[in-house]
Amino acid sequence: MELINLGIKSIFIENMIFAYFLGMCSYLAVSKKVSTATGLGLAVVFVLTITVPVNWLLQVFVLQEGALSWISADFASVNLSFLQFIMFIAIIAAMVQLVEMIIEKVSPALYGSLGIFLPLIAVNCAILGSSLFMVQRDYTLTEATVFGFSSGIGWLLAIVALAAIRERLKYSNVPDGLKGLGITFLITGLMGMAFMSFMGINI
Amino acid sequence: MKALRAFLDKQRPLFEKGGKFEKYYYGFEAAETFLFTPNHTTAAKGVQIRDAVDLKRLMMTVVIAMIPPLLFGIWNMGYQHYIAIGQEPEFWQSVALGAELVIPIIIVAYAAGGLVEGLFAIVRKHPINEGFLVTGMLIPLILPVTIPLWQVALATIFAVVIAKEVFGGTGMNVLNVAMTARAFLYFAYPADMAGDVWVYYGENAPIVEGYTGATPLALAQEATIAETPIPVEQAFEASWFGQFEMMSAWDMFWGDIPGSIGETSTLMCLIGALILIITGVGSWKIMLSVFAGAYAMGLLNNAIGLNPFMEMPAYYHLIIGSLAFGAVYMATDPVSASHTETGKWIYGFLIGVITVIIRVFNPAYPEGVMLAVLLMNVFAPLIDHYVVEANKKRRLSRATV
Repeated sequence: MELINLGIKSIFIENMIFAYFLGMCSYLAVSKKVSTATGLGLAVVFVLTITVPVNWLLQVFVLQEGALSWISADFASVNLSFLQFIMFIAIIAAMVQLVEMIIEKVSPALYGSLGIFLPLIAVNCAILGSSLFMVQRDYTLTEATVFGFSSGIGWLLAIVALAAIRERLKYSNVPDGLKGLGITFLITGLMGMAFMSFMGINI
Repeated sequence: MKALRAFLDKQRPLFEKGGKFEKYYYGFEAAETFLFTPNHTTAAKGVQIRDAVDLKRLMMTVVIAMIPPLLFGIWNMGYQHYIAIGQEPEFWQSVALGAELVIPIIIVAYAAGGLVEGLFAIVRKHPINEGFLVTGMLIPLILPVTIPLWQVALATIFAVVIAKEVFGGTGMNVLNVAMTARAFLYFAYPADMAGDVWVYYGENAPIVEGYTGATPLALAQEATIAETPIPVEQAFEASWFGQFEMMSAWDMFWGDIPGSIGETSTLMCLIGALILIITGVGSWKIMLSVFAGAYAMGLLNNAIGLNPFMEMPAYYHLIIGSLAFGAVYMATDPVSASHTETGKWIYGFLIGVITVIIRVFNPAYPEGVMLAVLLMNVFAPLIDHYVVEANKKRRLSRATV
């Protein structure tokens, strides 16, 4: 029950896009078509689901203060947490590389349409952000897995909804100055307002 | 009629290309098409439609459908004031006071919105949007009667510009314009949009002792978070209104309770719904599925029943708050709703479900209709996308090459 609550919370209430504005770059850039957005969203879900628990292991058994004491009692005072960012990024980059190879093999068309944004997931702030939130909030390993997965789902939901809206925008008559990113920012703001419906739900 | 036509025809050259007021052609055009069916003819090649009902007539039908809640609201706002100061008003007294309070709000909404609308029409050279006739009437109906007039103007301008004109005008927006106006006020000026704002007290009026202008939703929430939670029906009966037997299910259906101007009466909304359905303007599928969704979620809550609000009989959800108003006038907005027929069922049902979820589980917001409609507006294109994809798939599988 606790885990389900955590899942719902990270999908809707603490949505990566609408509550923290993390991962905006690819959110804005790759949301022109629903099919591409779904592909990127799924890639983000996959990377998050793997990296958050892996980073949890890294944090607990290597990085945090006294984490190395499982090797020998001499290391009890070693604190490697200054390496946190670079280690997390390395794990994420490795995972992204994996995803890239899988997508290239399974769906070359999707690989082509994601283009540069696939490698850029490595520096997607939603992904590093989730790992840092996981540390900050003292999740257990299961919680970290659920958190990573459902944050990804929340991100997927947001980008797919935006892509569907932008597909419909083809029929709109947006002023020249606002075409493209301008109107997308406005839509994101309006979507954020709609997502306010979940803020404050206590579960 | 003839004289009017002749007058318009005489003025027309002034506004046409090369005329003195060429710039203001769309202002002229708006007045003309408002009065007469436009005289457009389609070129020989192309889609041929012969129909007297154009977008303006369609929007006027919605405005007519809004008259019952409006008239009821005018009476009710006056009536609530007299109850609060402990008087038994004559019918006309209530109406007079209500009109004095409500009509300025409507005028401000139309004036502020119309101004922006006209400005955009002239600068961007597109016809004045018919949708505004509806928006300008909807916005006053969903605001509390005590709202400062400048806020009405601000919210209307915000919604017309940000939620509609930047997308190109009527028919191209993503979110429901009136709901955006309300949400804007709700988040920007919460003090004027929540709490004890539903009844106009007047200056120096002696308010009856023990009186609270609490809405049923507020009462239900209070009953739930109280130290010793009591069943919601009991909370209704124990409230100030309850001691005069004015919080029964019938009263909530009939609507002589505090609330936003146009939303208190479920009955009047249903009359409006009848007009919309008979004329074919509003989608009965959406209305029905919103009610069904709210009722289903209410029943589910009853089955779980962790607190008094969850145990509240499911039919109460349909008559308290503004569910009926939202279902009839907001959710059915043909632009921001789902466009596909299957999508309409899903869209409406989810509005009902989310409304009840927000009401019961989110202590931050007493009413959930506004945010539920906005949220589903956001997801409506996605629903459509998947419905269309499924349709394509089905038809492709049927095709034999």
